[in-house]
Amino acid sequence: MAPAPYITIDHLSVNYRDVQALRNINLTLRPGKLVGVFGPNGAGKSTLIKAMLGLMPLVTGRVTYGEDTLAHQLDRVAYVPQRSQIDWTFPATVWDVVMMGRVQKTGWFNRFSTASRQIAQDALNRVGMADFRDRPIGALSGGQQQRVFLARALAQEADIFCFDEPFVGVDQKTEDVIYKIFRELAAAGKIVLVVNHDLGEAIMNFDQLILLNKELIATGPRDWVLTRDNMTRAYGGHVGFFSHVA
Amino acid sequence: MSPELALLNGLIEPLQYAFMQRSLAVAIMVGIICSVVGSYLMVQRLALLGDAISHSVLPGLAIAFLLGVNIFIGAFIAGVLSTVIIGWIHTRSPIKEDAAMGIVFSAFFALGITLITTIQKDNKIDLNHFLFGNILGVTAGEVRDTAIIAALVLLIVVLLYKELLFYSFDPLGAKASGLPTGLLQAGLMVLIALTVVASMKVVGVILVLSLLIAPGATAYLLAPRLHQVMLLGAGVGVFSSVSGMYLSYYLNLPSGPAIVMVVSTLFGLAFLFSPRHGVLMGPKRWPFGTSR
Repeated sequence: MAPAPYITIDHLSVNYRDVQALRNINLTLRPGKLVGVFGPNGAGKSTLIKAMLGLMPLVTGRVTYGEDTLAHQLDRVAYVPQRSQIDWTFPATVWDVVMMGRVQKTGWFNRFSTASRQIAQDALNRVGMADFRDRPIGALSGGQQQRVFLARALAQEADIFCFDEPFVGVDQKTEDVIYKIFRELAAAGKIVLVVNHDLGEAIMNFDQLILLNKELIATGPRDWVLTRDNMTRAYGGHVGFFSHVA
Repeated sequence: MSPELALLNGLIEPLQYAFMQRSLAVAIMVGIICSVVGSYLMVQRLALLGDAISHSVLPGLAIAFLLGVNIFIGAFIAGVLSTVIIGWIHTRSPIKEDAAMGIVFSAFFALGITLITTIQKDNKIDLNHFLFGNILGVTAGEVRDTAIIAALVLLIVVLLYKELLFYSFDPLGAKASGLPTGLLQAGLMVLIALTVVASMKVVGVILVLSLLIAPGATAYLLAPRLHQVMLLGAGVGVFSSVSGMYLSYYLNLPSGPAIVMVVSTLFGLAFLFSPRHGVLMGPKRWPFGTSR
């Protein structure tokens, strides 16, 4: 079997409403690693994911997965947006949402197969939400909603997983479930990219960090990235103390 | 005669007239497709877009009439054209989408009224029938056209149901999974335009928004899943348009307003008495409990 392909981000620049949001980003994302994106508010963390997946136009640059542009291979991608982007009053049950993860694989005009239903059910079991299958999504807690979206991502059977702030407003149990599954995905040779809303304990869970503030400040293992110099460049001079800074 | 029998007789007796049969057929079909397609508008918060498209069909209708083409086709083209122009203004200028809608639909509407007012001096065409509906005046040809449109709309909704559900709930997630969301959005615009065109003769372009939104909104207060909202909404829509038709027949009321008053009343009842969300039913809760 050929080795799993990398994602290569090459000279990526993105504008958001005529303002430069990301400038000349060069990165490689390898399978099997849990990659965390960090940086201050407005650093372009969410924009990085959206630009990679072709959800917003690039000014310059290219994002490839293997030989081809990543945006042409979205059937291999599972993306979980920020919880605030979702209308939680939408008339759908937990099951409806998880089955959305099977839409692309099922194809136009086809009905969901028994195999697809089984995959969705397994995904719900994995995140511990099987008992909530028939609940309206609006009746769940924030952590439960996030686990349902994680189940949807799992049901997509993707090779690349992108999560935008999955830990915002979730309970401890959900956080544990999410990290456990992130680890399992990495161990299974998937590319797992996670945007985080703040620094803190979270940073200890990632194999590779990407420190971002409109441009790439540093990337690599924790000790390599978390220098006082890098933190000052990312967060400015206001940040006095980080317990995790080497 | 017992009261029940009298009521039954009152419902059946008008149906001996061919024009009432045609009206009933159109009322049922339009009640169904308005509710189904309108459910998408409601969950995507695009109610204003429904209003914009419905006002925009008038000039197309007038031009088609002048050219001797089927007015449904002209109206459909104008409706779709308005969404294209709205999108164009919105993406190519700092003007926000709601402002673009306001500008485009009032311009189209004004042009339509001007054209029809000019035409109706020499032709048998009545502006009021398009503005406010005239369900008792539908022709056999209009019944046929409505049936074709209704079949097409329902077929598209059934075939694209899972994709449209994903797209309406999480457009970014749908796009990131590789679905052609631009095409789905365009398909939805086509569905709305087709539905508005089919509904012109029933409620008129000004009030069609009510038949698009109110049945789905009523069902939304009662059912937790989108396909249930659509099915229950279709029931509400059919009941409203059929009862409005009878009110129009017996009380000589304008049909469009009669239908809208019925559907608005049904929404009011659901708003007050829905078991889960009714304001008079238990503690105050927002749809499906709190969303934390």
